[in-house]
Parts: sequence; structure tokens; C-alpha cells
Amino acid sequence: MTALLNVSDLRAYYGQVQALHGLSFSLNEGSLTTLLGANGAGKTTTLRAICNMVRSTGGIEFDGKPLGNRSTENVVRLGIAHVPQGRGTFTTMTVEENLQLGAITRSDKTAIVSDIERMYAHFPVLKQRYTQQAGTLSGGEQQMLAVARALMLRPRLMLLDEPSFGLAPLIVRDLFKILGKINREDKVTILVVEQNAQLALELADQAYVIETGRIVMSGKADEIANNEDVRKSYLGY
Amino acid sequence: MSAIQEVVTEAPAVEAVPKRAMTLGYGTSLAMLLVLILVPLFVKNFVIFQLTMLLIYALAVLALNILTGGSGQFSLGQSAFYAVGAYTSAILMEHADINYALTLPVAGLVCFIFGFLFGQPALRLSGVYLALATFALATAMPQLLKLGVFEKWTGGVQGLVVTKPDAPFGLPMSQDMWLYYFTLAVSIAIYIFSVNLLKSRSGRAFMAIRDNEIAASAMGIDVALYKTLAFGVSAGITGVAGGLGAIAVQFVAPDGYTITLAISLFLGMVVGGVGWLPGSIVGSAFIIFVPNIAEGISKGLSGAVFGVLLFLVIFLVPHGARQVAVVAQHWLGKLKNG
Amino acid sequence: MELFTNQVLAGIATGAIYACMALAVVMIYQAIDHLNFAQGEMAMFSTFISWQLMQWGIPYWGAFVLTLAISFAAGILIERLLFKPLAKAPILTNVAGFIALYAIINSVAGLIWDFTIKQYPSPFGSSPFLGSQLISTHQAGMIGITVLLLILLYLFFQFTRVGLAMRAAASVPESARLVGINTSWMIALGWGMAAAIGSIAGMMIAPVVFLEPNMMLGVLIYGFAAAVLGGLTSPFGAVIGGFLVGIFENLVGTYIPGVGNELKLPIALALIITVLVVKPAGLFGRSIVKRV
Repeated sequence: MTALLNVSDLRAYYGQVQALHGLSFSLNEGSLTTLLGANGAGKTTTLRAICNMVRSTGGIEFDGKPLGNRSTENVVRLGIAHVPQGRGTFTTMTVEENLQLGAITRSDKTAIVSDIERMYAHFPVLKQRYTQQAGTLSGGEQQMLAVARALMLRPRLMLLDEPSFGLAPLIVRDLFKILGKINREDKVTILVVEQNAQLALELADQAYVIETGRIVMSGKADEIANNEDVRKSYLGY
Repeated sequence: MSAIQEVVTEAPAVEAVPKRAMTLGYGTSLAMLLVLILVPLFVKNFVIFQLTMLLIYALAVLALNILTGGSGQFSLGQSAFYAVGAYTSAILMEHADINYALTLPVAGLVCFIFGFLFGQPALRLSGVYLALATFALATAMPQLLKLGVFEKWTGGVQGLVVTKPDAPFGLPMSQDMWLYYFTLAVSIAIYIFSVNLLKSRSGRAFMAIRDNEIAASAMGIDVALYKTLAFGVSAGITGVAGGLGAIAVQFVAPDGYTITLAISLFLGMVVGGVGWLPGSIVGSAFIIFVPNIAEGISKGLSGAVFGVLLFLVIFLVPHGARQVAVVAQHWLGKLKNG
Repeated sequence: MELFTNQVLAGIATGAIYACMALAVVMIYQAIDHLNFAQGEMAMFSTFISWQLMQWGIPYWGAFVLTLAISFAAGILIERLLFKPLAKAPILTNVAGFIALYAIINSVAGLIWDFTIKQYPSPFGSSPFLGSQLISTHQAGMIGITVLLLILLYLFFQFTRVGLAMRAAASVPESARLVGINTSWMIALGWGMAAAIGSIAGMMIAPVVFLEPNMMLGVLIYGFAAAVLGGLTSPFGAVIGGFLVGIFENLVGTYIPGVGNELKLPIALALIITVLVVKPAGLFGRSIVKRV
């Protein structure tokens, strides 16, 4: 298997404050990887650095192309979809417009229409509400909309920032099931950042644990889940 | 109208300036003061007059700074408060024969009340809406001053002529020089008052409101009271500046206090650095001298030259004089340590 | 009663001017989230360009279309050269930039075309409209153009990809970037469109107020007021706001004794502020709930 995303010695800064201290990891094409860690460990920053939303140094290569000085929108155009923390819903627009925006960089009109139908198949609740303003959706529905919007890009890599945040456990399970399905069926490589380690490790096949801006642990998800020391010291369950 | 409401976490319109960063250190302040005291001894009367105006506008810019930099409210109506202050002083001096120095506190008080009252309806407005409301005030003021009902007091379109005071106790200095030192004393008093105000409980309340109004009210700050209070204080100081201005130019007339003045004061604040009180004098210098410089460069295109100069300033230092001060401090620190 | 109806009609006629300008104001507010104080001057300069083109012998509609294109390009150019570098500067610094732009355009126009007023032709003529003494064919044409413009804008924003992208970039810039929208260019496009719409406003207004460098001063203020009254987030509201302000202004002048031309403006503004105190987001605007 080849690496789709290769991150080496990534350092990121917020003003004078350094948030990442030389992070290196890689994602294989078709994998579902999770990035775990406590609050403030640098998980969100890592995702934001990949999309060039924070100042960073180091090498990030996507499919062999360096992402270094591309603007956020140009990173996205390469096929990297990012579902941000807080979901980034276009609250004043309708559900359908949100989905159309996900595909705004594509020009294949008929395929976009069929993709929207596909999203409604994945997330039936969105179909019921397609003319409704996205801001009126519940948190869970908005998260589904955000995932669907990201998929409308037909991404090769999808970055998810704490998709479980603020959602009821049952809804999280549903969502994660769908993510697994997308990963298997649509061959989308997924990197999901999570605080809910237990659930994330069930879903993922690969895992990295990060602490204060450094990777402290990596391996197969089930191995990490079964390693009691790691669980106790880093994952807290 | 849409059925839903937009929920946003909005960045405050005015960036947060920490309390300590709003003032100068003791050493710098004393040096500045010394310069302000000594300069008039070496220049001509006309230049002294210009320096007096520099201080007066600096006061008005400072007042706007307290309102915008301190409490986050935006005003294009400062010219109206300035006008009220100027007319209060002029009317008291010319119609009631009251000593010029005594008219200033009255001007300040009248404007404080005026600003406080104006702050009441303004409470419901923010951002561009507040800008429009204050703008309306500024455009209305010259027209109101021209109204026939008040003509007996205001002199209508003609305005009022104000007598320039002599130096007291037979001090051997020109009227201009005396007025300069008098203005300087008032300015220093108001500056010290302002610095202490922003350091006080009220100042912290202003800044909390500026940074996050909802959070401030959740902390138990009476948002309505402090917002109107900020308007009142700002108007009061502007009023004193207006009174001083009337005495210095020896004349008040409605068309001296149009929206152009309010816009100038606003530019002064931006050039000086929003929320940085010492910057007020830099901003004041900009609005007094740069139009003259522009005129000197090209008579026909003075507006364009002024615009270009203004663009240059905001390109180089988007945060105004404060940015210069921060950089200078940084270098000084390096020199000391290196 | 007849006086009242007549004044309302006259108000609608002047209101069309404000509506046109308000539309341009809302346009740029949507794109950049500020009121552009130089907008009126930009419109004035565009109108002078069209006048100059006509002086050179180009027929009205030819000059109209050319001016539209020039204004669009100039709007983009101004954004790229002057305001893109200020994108990260504080809001108030940007406002200072608008004031600087205002001074520059006004002064340059005065130098090129001087400050004497000039006649400006109307494509619709100026005979009474349908026999009414209050509305001329020009004013009716102006109302027609404003409504047409509004419909076109609606179609653009609702049914085109670029329109959708512009709305997205204005409402949640970060998310817009994350779906691949170049938000910086959307802002430039907003400037271009606002300049073009402004030029239409200018060319429609010039036959009424005559052409000179300061012609837009009053119009812009009423245009702002109209936009704010209608709600800055709604082009439809802006147009309605424009007509309302026109009617307000006329009724105030007629029914409140002792109101000369000069007090009309403050009183109209005061009325608008009263409305805003009751409905802070304007009549048709979306209210924004802030979150800590």
C-alpha cells in the first residue's frame, strides 16, 4: 500500500505559541485512521495545518504533491475534504444548497445531481429536510450534513474533527457506522480526530496518540485498544 | 424575512487592547510632557496657536478613543458634542459674562448629560446602525444651531465672536502662549483622569463590554449603564475640547461643526491607534497637519494627496501609532538586553 | 388627501434613486461586511466616464454598457490594489481606507471634469409619465430598471454557482474555503458587482440631480439609510427601504411646519433610527443572535 498523505516534522504556531512540535505520520490509501489525544494535545491543529489554516513548517505531501504553500481552497481542490469542529454549516442556506456547495469545485452537473441523491440515501433525514434552512437542523443532523457536504467533493481524503462532539451516543454510533461504510464502499481515506477514544478505536484500523504536540504512540487500532497501559495513561478508559 | 436566526460567534469589532498597553510608561510620559512645555518658548505665535489646536483635537480624539477603544461603541457624532461644548462656553462667556475657565466644566457637564441621554436609544444599536444614528446626530447639529428659535443665543448662521483671554496676574506672555499652557494643563488633567478611569472598575467594565457584551452581562456588569456612561464621559470630554476650541479660535458658527469634523476625529483615532490613549496626539497631528501638507503638494489635487497619504499610513501601520510604539519598545528592549 | 397621494407618488419617484443606490450598498455589504463610504464617489466617477464616452460620440446605450464593464473592472482593481492588503487590518482601519478612497476619487474627478454642473441625458425622456405631473418617464424608467436589477440579482444569487459561492463566502468564510471557494476573489467580485450596480445608479440619478463631483453625497446618505432601514442583508429590503425613505422625506417636508430642505435629512434619519430601535436588524434583515 502507498501512503496517500505523508506528514513529516510538522510544527505549527499560533502567533508566538508553538502548538505542534515535529509531528510525523502517514496515512495509507483507503485506510481509516484515528488521531487520539486529550484536550489541547494538538489534534485540531494537525488537521488545520494540513489544510493550511494555521502557520506551520515541515513537510506535508498529498499523493506525492507537497501542500506547503497552497491556500486552503487549493488544498481542498486536490480532493481533501475537511469537516471542521463545530461543523461549519452554512446556517442561512438550505440543506440542498449546503450539499451543492460541497460540490462547488466540480463541474460535472449530472454527477452532482446523482451524488446529492446518494447522500440522501446515506442520510435519509437530510432528504426530508432538503428545503429547510440548515441552521434549523439538530446537532446530529448538522453533523450528518457536514459529512455529506464533505463527501460531495468526492474527496480522496476526508478529515473529520471530533464528529462525536455534542451528539447523543446513539447518533454517534449511527454516524460512525456510516463513516465505516463510506470508507469501505467509496474508498475514501479517512482521518478522524476524536476524544471519544473507545468508539474511535472500534471504527478505525490505524491509530495515532498525540500528546502536547507530539506523537507518543502509533499502531493498529485493535492493538492500541487492547493495550491496557496505553489505555490508562493516554486514553483514560 | 427568514424563519431562523443566525447564530455567530463574532469577533469584536475593536481588537482587545490590554489595559496596560493603553498608556505610556512614566519615563516616556515625562519626556513628552517636557517637550510640550518647552516647545512654545521657541516658536512663533501662529505655531503656538496650532499647537493649542493640536492639544484640543487630541482631547477630542482621546474622548472618541474612550468610547470606541474602551467600550467598543462607534460614533460619527462627536462633532455634535464638540459643537455643544463650544456653544455652551461661547454663550456663557458672551451672554453671561462668565470667566472662560469656569465655562469649561459647565460645557463638560452639559455634554456629559447630552451624551448620556443620547446613549439611551443608542443602546439598542450597534455597528453600522450606531454609526448611522450618530451620523444623523452630526448632520442635524449644524441645522439645529441655525434654527430661528435659538438665534437670540446662538447668533444663528452668523455665530458668535468670543473674546480671547489675557494671561492672568500680569504674567508676561502673549494671549496665545497663555492659552496654550492653559489648554496643556486641562489636557494633562483629562489625560490622567482618562488613564485612571480605564484602570478603574468602570474601565474594566467598559473593556469587558467591548470584548464580549453577553459575557459581560453574565458577569453581572450593568451593560446598559456602562455603555451610556461611556457615551456620557466621551461626550463630556469632547465638550471640554469644544469649549477650549471656541476660546482658541475666538469664534463659533454652525458650519464649523459639520460631519467633516467627526470624520476627522475618527481618522485621528485610527491613525493614533484605536484604544491607545497616547496615540490621540499623533492622530490629532495627522488631522491638523496632513491636510496642509497635501495642500502644499498640490492645490488642485489636495484631496487626492490626502487620500494617498492616508492610505500610505494605514498600509504601513494598520494599527496606527500604537504599532510604531510597540515596535519601538521591542527594539529598545533588545538594545538594553543586547 | 390628494396632497398626500401626490406627495407619496413624488416620494416614490425620489425613492427610486435611493433604492438604486441602496442596492449597490447592500451588494457590497454582502460581499465585504462593511458599508463602503466611497461607493457614492465610485458611482459618480463611473457616471462621468459614461458622460465622457458620450461626449466622444458613443450613443447612450453603448456608453452605458461600456461604463458597466469599466466600472466592474475598476471595482475589482480597487479591491485588489487597495483593500486586499488591508484584509487582515482592523475594521476601523478599513473604514479609514474608504474615507481615503473617497477623498481621492472626489478630488481626481474635480480635477478632470471640474466642479461645474453638467446636463446628463435620460434614455427615457422627461415627459410626464401616463399624464401624471409627478412622475416623469425618466423616473418611471428608473423604477423599472431598479426592479429589473433586483430580479436579475435574485436570479444570480439563487440559481448560479458563482452566486451560491458568493453567498457562502460572505456568510461563513472559513467553511467556504473548506469547500474550495476562493473567498478572496469572491470579495473582489463583490466589489466589481457593487461598482457596476453603483454605475447604473449614478447614470440613472444624474439626469435628476445633474452631474458634478459632489452629486452623490446626499444620495449616498439616503442610500445608506435606505439599506439600513430595509435590512443590510436583504436586497429586496434595500429597494423597499429606498422607496420608504423617499416617501418619508417628502411627507416630512410637506407636513412638518418649519422644516426647510436642510432639516429634512436629519428628520428622515431620526425616523429611520426610531424604526431601528424597534427593529434593530431593519425591516427585512435577518437578526443575528450572538453567542459567547
